[in-house]
Amino acid sequence: MWAFIIRNVLQRLVLLVIVSIVAHSVIHLAPGEPSEVDPANPRMKPEDIARIRAAFHLDDPLYLQYAYWVQDLASGELKSFKDSQPVLPKIWHRFLNSLPLFICATMLIWTFAFPTGIYAAMRRGAVYDRSSTFVAYALISVPGFFLSYIMILWIVEVFGVPVIGMKTFGMEDAHPAFRLMDRVWHLVIPSIMSAVLGVAVLSRYVRSQMLEVISQDYVRTARAKGLEEDAVVYGHALRNALLPFVTMFGLLLPGLIGGSVIFEQIFAWPGLGRLGYEAILARDFPVILTINFIAAVLTLAGTLLSDILYAVVDPRIRLQ
Amino acid sequence: MNDSTFNAGTLVEDEPLLPHETPWEEFVRIFTKDRLAVAGGVILALLLIAAVAGKVLTEWVVVFDAEVVRLPDKFLPPFSSPSAEVVALQEEPIFGLYVFGTDELGRDVFSRMLQGSFVSLSIGFIAVGISVSIGILLGGLAGYYGSVKLWCMSVDTLIMRFTDVMLCFPTFFLILTVVALLPPSIYNIMIVIGLTSWMGTCRFVRAEFLSLREQDFVTAAHALGLPEKRIIFRHMVPNAIAPVLVSATIGVATAILTESALSFLGFGVQPPYATWGNILSGGKGFIFDAPWLFFIPGIAIFIVVLAFNLVGEGLREAMNPKLRSR
Repeated sequence: MWAFIIRNVLQRLVLLVIVSIVAHSVIHLAPGEPSEVDPANPRMKPEDIARIRAAFHLDDPLYLQYAYWVQDLASGELKSFKDSQPVLPKIWHRFLNSLPLFICATMLIWTFAFPTGIYAAMRRGAVYDRSSTFVAYALISVPGFFLSYIMILWIVEVFGVPVIGMKTFGMEDAHPAFRLMDRVWHLVIPSIMSAVLGVAVLSRYVRSQMLEVISQDYVRTARAKGLEEDAVVYGHALRNALLPFVTMFGLLLPGLIGGSVIFEQIFAWPGLGRLGYEAILARDFPVILTINFIAAVLTLAGTLLSDILYAVVDPRIRLQ
Repeated sequence: MNDSTFNAGTLVEDEPLLPHETPWEEFVRIFTKDRLAVAGGVILALLLIAAVAGKVLTEWVVVFDAEVVRLPDKFLPPFSSPSAEVVALQEEPIFGLYVFGTDELGRDVFSRMLQGSFVSLSIGFIAVGISVSIGILLGGLAGYYGSVKLWCMSVDTLIMRFTDVMLCFPTFFLILTVVALLPPSIYNIMIVIGLTSWMGTCRFVRAEFLSLREQDFVTAAHALGLPEKRIIFRHMVPNAIAPVLVSATIGVATAILTESALSFLGFGVQPPYATWGNILSGGKGFIFDAPWLFFIPGIAIFIVVLAFNLVGEGLREAMNPKLRSR
């Protein structure tokens, strides 16, 4: 077990270095540079551009630029090209904003996907199963921002739930309880909209996993010995069907960054995805690279975590 | 689909109990039982006709020209007729009606949608074509020549570690980064979506190849002295293609959605080309004044992506022998 973990951590560290080199080369080899963001600005003279390029080490060879980036990241002194703010605190601040959205969406996904999926599997081929299948496909197929806009139109009219930003402007002096309620109120729609796709996908997965388990011999045995249907479904079948989902906890981690760009943009949520989007627009290489790097760390940590969790919950699996 | 099942079917021909059914007939029987998938298939066939017709008509027939600007006729709701005194006769839309209304420049949304259907579909198909080719190539290499050593590691390790590296990037963020940095062009979008989505196919094909390599018909092909190229492409690839086909169908749907998401962020296909994605994201600014500019492309994308997903699911049911018994 420990040997497995240590070997995997080492392998993943090597992967991480390769990933960061690939990301670095892709971003620096693509055309477009921080100095070219605003070519129409008449105040940008050639000597200004030269000064910017020198300040950002853009004239150095690629491997030196990579070394500078690693050095600055390791010492925590990496500065954004855009506003010369340190990158790590900036990302950390945005991460804290994204976190509640991510947690709420994840909780919604897991609470709704399991009942719908299990119920559909228990009634295979019935009206409920077929209609929930169709609804799931419909939700997978609708462009996320199209659905969000329709929801915004409808919900602002009917319920008056706020759909912009994280908090109401000008409430800084209010009682903490009011401020908390305000924050929660602002979370409602963005987290529901980011959960929709997840509920649809995960409930399909739960359904097929449940069908797989329900046709096993031990379920037939449990029925044959006269157990109640609930005991068979929840005590015997569900427990085994849950195994692959335990590992999904690990794979959730990278969703913190990748999945949120669109929704944070729609709802003006000042989170990590939006930081990335703004950094891309401004050709802010240190921020883009660092977000990519963090995403890679999360992905690798997530897959390792899921391997370990799998071995912990399923005694049939031995890591060697 | 599979050589061995076909032979088994013909060998026991005399027995009355077993129905004589070629794999293709079996596939058609299971696929047509799924009414949703058949409906999806019909929609896709219509869409294909519309896309080809749209390409031809908008290129060569004046009444369908999607770029005719008729400023006096802007923001007309669907089914309104053009104002006769300002629009020249040869510039009138088809049927003398704006079937889907007009946009902020007075362009006919119906012909823009027709033009866009070809562009949107070709983005989907070319992106998936690229990703499937890379996936089959790398997966096949890793599965078939996996044990060959290069310098210090085997081909299998090399390819699969590279796949792991690619899986580490958050896909949409990577696509966004590259598309934003490259000069805006429809081909860049196709290529970038294709280059960032081959990893699933690669893993499928490798797994299939690993198990196929050990099967008797491959050993027999070796024993007959067939060249490796023929063994791989004539015998192994057709047997490994089923899951690839399913994921390709769903991949086209994903690519169309990705294009519309990129358009929403402003990095999609740029103006002279109309795609459903950029008609939709252009329409979002007029959602109160001209709701048809937003809802028509949105619903069109929804229906087409749904059709692709349903057909993909139908193919999965029909091609996967494990699911058939249930």
